[in-house]
Amino acid sequence: MAKKNSKDGIRLLDGNQAAAEGARLSRVQVIAAYPITPQTPLTEELSEFVERGELKAEYIAVESEHSAMAVCTSASLVGARTFTATSAHGLAYMHEMLHWAAGARLPVVLACVNRALGAPWNILNDQQDSISQRDTGWIQLYARNNQEILDTIIQAYKIAETVYIPVMVCYDGYVLSHTEMPVEIPSQAVVDKFLPPYKPHTTLDPANPKNYNLVTLADPRINAEGVLCHGYMELRYLLQEALQNSTKTITDAGKEFGKLFGRDYSSLFWEDGVDGADIVIVAMGSLAMEATMTADMLRDEGHKVGVLGLRVFRPFPKAALAKALQKAGLVTVFDKNISYGSEGATCSEIKAALYGSKSKAAIRNFIVGLGGRDVKARELADAIRNTLPSIESDALNTEYPEWVCYI
Amino acid sequence: MKINAVNLTETEYALPGNRTCPGCALALAYRHILKALDGQVIVTVPASCLTVLHGMYPISSVTVPCVNTPFATTGASATGLLAGLRATGRKGLTVLGIAGDGGTHDIGIQSLSGAAERQEDFIYICYDNEGYMNTGNQRSGSTPLGAITGTTPVLGKRQNAKDIAAIMEAHHLPYIATANASYPLDLYEKVRKAKDIKGTRFIHVFTPCAPGWQYPYSDTVKIGQLAVKTGLVVLYEIHDGAFRLTSASASLASKGKLKPVKEYLATQGRFEGITETQISQLQNWVNTRWQCYLERQRNSQTATSGTESEPDI
Repeated sequence: MAKKNSKDGIRLLDGNQAAAEGARLSRVQVIAAYPITPQTPLTEELSEFVERGELKAEYIAVESEHSAMAVCTSASLVGARTFTATSAHGLAYMHEMLHWAAGARLPVVLACVNRALGAPWNILNDQQDSISQRDTGWIQLYARNNQEILDTIIQAYKIAETVYIPVMVCYDGYVLSHTEMPVEIPSQAVVDKFLPPYKPHTTLDPANPKNYNLVTLADPRINAEGVLCHGYMELRYLLQEALQNSTKTITDAGKEFGKLFGRDYSSLFWEDGVDGADIVIVAMGSLAMEATMTADMLRDEGHKVGVLGLRVFRPFPKAALAKALQKAGLVTVFDKNISYGSEGATCSEIKAALYGSKSKAAIRNFIVGLGGRDVKARELADAIRNTLPSIESDALNTEYPEWVCYI
Repeated sequence: MKINAVNLTETEYALPGNRTCPGCALALAYRHILKALDGQVIVTVPASCLTVLHGMYPISSVTVPCVNTPFATTGASATGLLAGLRATGRKGLTVLGIAGDGGTHDIGIQSLSGAAERQEDFIYICYDNEGYMNTGNQRSGSTPLGAITGTTPVLGKRQNAKDIAAIMEAHHLPYIATANASYPLDLYEKVRKAKDIKGTRFIHVFTPCAPGWQYPYSDTVKIGQLAVKTGLVVLYEIHDGAFRLTSASASLASKGKLKPVKEYLATQGRFEGITETQISQLQNWVNTRWQCYLERQRNSQTATSGTESEPDI
């Protein structure tokens, strides 16, 4: 239970409060944010921490999300640990700066409170916003519940500052952001043990002047000392290489976190009965929790069902997923996003991961929950039941996804 | 100590051999700006001609630390540098945001206005070559009436430039100044003065562009001076609300007379197609503005009951 006069212990927190506690415990030094539903309570909470002196940080109430990320990149470059949070349109508005943060290899951490994008206006949950930023070079981690939000933000700094790649911590708007759950708040001392102070890879100082993000040509070029330096393409390769290698950093950080805090994050995805299952349900974020209820329903009917909850979307854990899914006969992928004209983004990733593997699984993709459309466990179960006859007709794949939208 | 060409510091922070075009007024202005700040500065610069001046990785022609930041973000980047320096306990450095007129009047005005409203403690310099010169001369919010550009190729620009210094004055800044690369010591003194003031300080620097404006490379300084002598550019500063004409504009106010704008327009190819109506519109605009500045000068002098004598530098 909550200790008196102390912030640690178990408390009832909504997702935004959990994210704020995660940022506070990570001792962020510069916060820049612009209010947007459903992220707003998080920025208000952080402002309050700073104004009450509970968090020694600079809070910059910027005039746009684009500026929020520009503040973070520049503050990061002079050696400060930076945090921002946004949703939907705010994240879209930041798009240019997301590339800049990753390109400059700055370990900014961003909380994305997942929300639908207009037009038309909609303030409710889906994951179109963060999925649309898939190719910006950020690590993307998704939380299933409020405890994971808090824990993931702390881990995000450890990961970002080890590999010098910015990290986006995504959680579902309203479903998590405005829903209270019991959350264990770790003590500052243990967090400090887990997360050492930020060491920048470069710092701007007149005593050793450097010109950062200077125009860089396609080919390598010789510097004033005669040393051949990277061209643009080499720098891009290094970012890709760092993302490829970051899975180890992510699992190591999750393992160390588990040892210190008792909650293990050493796997790149969550599994519930996947081993030995004929049918595997794949989902990301809070939907993975909903899917466990669906699995129980189908198990009661005699099906062997497992749930695989995606936690790390970038870097996408291709090899580990192919291994986990190798014995499944049917993989049903539920996406709260869509790449228009194609299919749900996570389904494409899974198909790509399984190509050339030993898997003979049929794959079905379902688009669910766009713009906050309610997703019920029994509706997911119906979708799976309805698709079973098509599996027997031997079609491994379908060209386009099915839409699940009950009224 | 009044600064002159003899006692100006010899230390160079913008080294010779940069990538700007011949006759670039920005190179001249930047050299004096960095001297005025004694190199104790962190610069943030968006996409602009200054990016070109700075060089290409891994070689730079400047000896001050700099971060290149996207076009719209100069004010926000400066804010971030300041916040980061405060958060890490580093003191004694000036943060300088420096952008062109496109990066200031147009795409960057949001982040500049936000930073100014928050009274972020940095110097913002807009070097104004009156168009998107880095992309080959397209119209900006600062391009003057009648100028032919890549995006006003036939009719010329049909609007006046926006008054960016007045926009910034509406942000209640402690220090606002206009300057001109052709009067480098006036510019130097203004940057020097701004250095010791707290809050957002804004300096608008006129920087003629030979290829964009179509005049001979050797005429940059002359063109800059003619802009002041015709009243198209007025040199002044507003320190804590007190307005003061400076340098050549102060001399013109006390003993001179403006030359007709026609004289200035005739020196540049970009005004070849300007109509008589546009010329008289421009002349009227200049006359009205000049009277307004003279009035402000008189009001300030009455308020402070004294005038500082100003050498023509």
